[in-house]
Amino acid sequence: MKDTDHETRGEALLSALDNSGDACPIRPNYAVFRKFADWLATFLLCSSMIFVTVVLCAILFFLAAKGGGALSWEFVTEPPRNGMTEGGIITPIVGTLQLIFVSMCFAFPVGVVTAVYFNEYARGGTLKKSLRLAMRSLASIPSVVLGLFGLAFFCTFLRFGTSLLSAGLTLGCMVLPTIVTASETALANVPQDYRDAAYALGATEWQTIYGVVLPSAFPGIITGGILSVGRVAGETAPIMFTGAVFFAPGFARGVFDSVMALPYHVYVLATAGTNIEKTTPLQYGTILVLLAVVLGISMVGMAARSRLRKDVL
Amino acid sequence: MPNRGETLKLSETAPRAVITVIAMSGILVMAFILYFLTKEGIPILKDASITQLAAGRLWYPVSSPPLFGMMSLIGGSLAVTLTSSVLAIPLGVALALFLTEICPKRISGFFKITLEILGFLPSVVLGFIGMVVIAPYLQIKLELLSGLNLMNASMLLGVMILPTVATLSEESLHAVPQSQRDASYALGATRCETMFNVVLPGAARGIAQAAILGVMRAMGETMVVLMASGGAALLPESAFDPVRPLTSAIAAEMGETSVGSAHYHALFFMGFILLLITLSLNVLVIKIESRGEVK
Repeated sequence: MKDTDHETRGEALLSALDNSGDACPIRPNYAVFRKFADWLATFLLCSSMIFVTVVLCAILFFLAAKGGGALSWEFVTEPPRNGMTEGGIITPIVGTLQLIFVSMCFAFPVGVVTAVYFNEYARGGTLKKSLRLAMRSLASIPSVVLGLFGLAFFCTFLRFGTSLLSAGLTLGCMVLPTIVTASETALANVPQDYRDAAYALGATEWQTIYGVVLPSAFPGIITGGILSVGRVAGETAPIMFTGAVFFAPGFARGVFDSVMALPYHVYVLATAGTNIEKTTPLQYGTILVLLAVVLGISMVGMAARSRLRKDVL
Repeated sequence: MPNRGETLKLSETAPRAVITVIAMSGILVMAFILYFLTKEGIPILKDASITQLAAGRLWYPVSSPPLFGMMSLIGGSLAVTLTSSVLAIPLGVALALFLTEICPKRISGFFKITLEILGFLPSVVLGFIGMVVIAPYLQIKLELLSGLNLMNASMLLGVMILPTVATLSEESLHAVPQSQRDASYALGATRCETMFNVVLPGAARGIAQAAILGVMRAMGETMVVLMASGGAALLPESAFDPVRPLTSAIAAEMGETSVGSAHYHALFFMGFILLLITLSLNVLVIKIESRGEVK
């Protein structure tokens, strides 16, 4: 926008002068009123942003203050004990990591391949349009509905049972559109020159994609992947009936075992316990660990992304 | 060398075929979702007619005979969605206006990160805040029986959809050409007048899309309403009545049903309703978008 040359800008100004006379009526009599309205709008808009910032900080500080005391080395390295009223949360932590791993094993390759298809191979037509529509629809589906789908398809129809595999795949379906969008952006940002240069050297289409385009888009693709990992770690609804359980005596040893997960553990501690008072420190501690995992991963993704943007510009 | 040409050809067509096939799994997933939600949801029509489902106010799925009136649940969903949208959409647009029109470039990055972090907060954490902070506060302040109610859940849902609305609106406000703002200023308009007469109308389509996407998210959000809305299957009469939206009913009851029972099918039918609502909102967004492209 900033580089608009002066001529077109001048023309725009002139045409605006011609057309929008009644859009901004200038009434000198109301000068004070207009100034006041302007000041008021500025004030309200500024305070809305300040309000939201304060709300976020209040939430984070409140949780940090309440949960800080519960954190200890034992808390993050020991399994829950005594009907989950004592002990730590290592089982749900490991469960969440396992869920992330399984979901990414499915969503990351499929997502990247889909993006490659969109950006490099698809030539328009019905197939591309339907895939685009499918991706957008998938992105809009409520997470609890995905949970129902996971229950009906992965758990029951494919007989995976309530397991790490079912829950991971359900989460994978949930983040697939995010990964596709991020990878597509990364692929689209690879300069056309790179492709031309590869072709000029006699590379074939696949050699160009595999040897030139994918490696240069890789940082962007990974960034998108990291950001979606943050989402996977914090979601509860899709795993509630597909694989996360109230309590598991140990880690899942295979993909067909059920797991404990951090977000579901927070929900269980907060609602289902008979000793809600007794587990209060555990609740805040678990939330703090969940927040650390989710926001930690997301911030790594954000930092990587802002570095990338600087490189591009 | 015909031989080399042939292998070259295969090494080109093979990746292409493989990639196309794998990419199609997105369509497959979407088709499976539609198929399984329909297949598991429709059988409820054997136990209850569509009018009983839609107009029945009583949701007693485990009594005998079970009653599957979903009106109060659908009403709960609509009430929560509407309240949170009324709270969050104007605020989201205000944030977007602030970021594009008022905030100096140097600090707008900080506020954008703030919004993004707000968007990353897991919904279960917000639900927890609703239970331990907002609920007791509302209960004492307003002398209610329980602080877990429509207003509590709507405020938290508002927080959840705020980043979506703000970020998407901001993008569309950014897309309004600077020359239009300049023209408005040149006519002597103040910043406020420029914002409301020039910038906002120019970005109306994008803001409408942002609002619809916000509504869509509010409709489908589960954990916040499950934890903070109170869970009573009643049509709310005031903003401080407890409600039981569709999503929370599904999440709360799915664990207790046996696969294949009428209750199970009823819950899938609710999922099916949610799916239809979000998909039609999605179509609406795409319609708005494509109309913009034609112009």
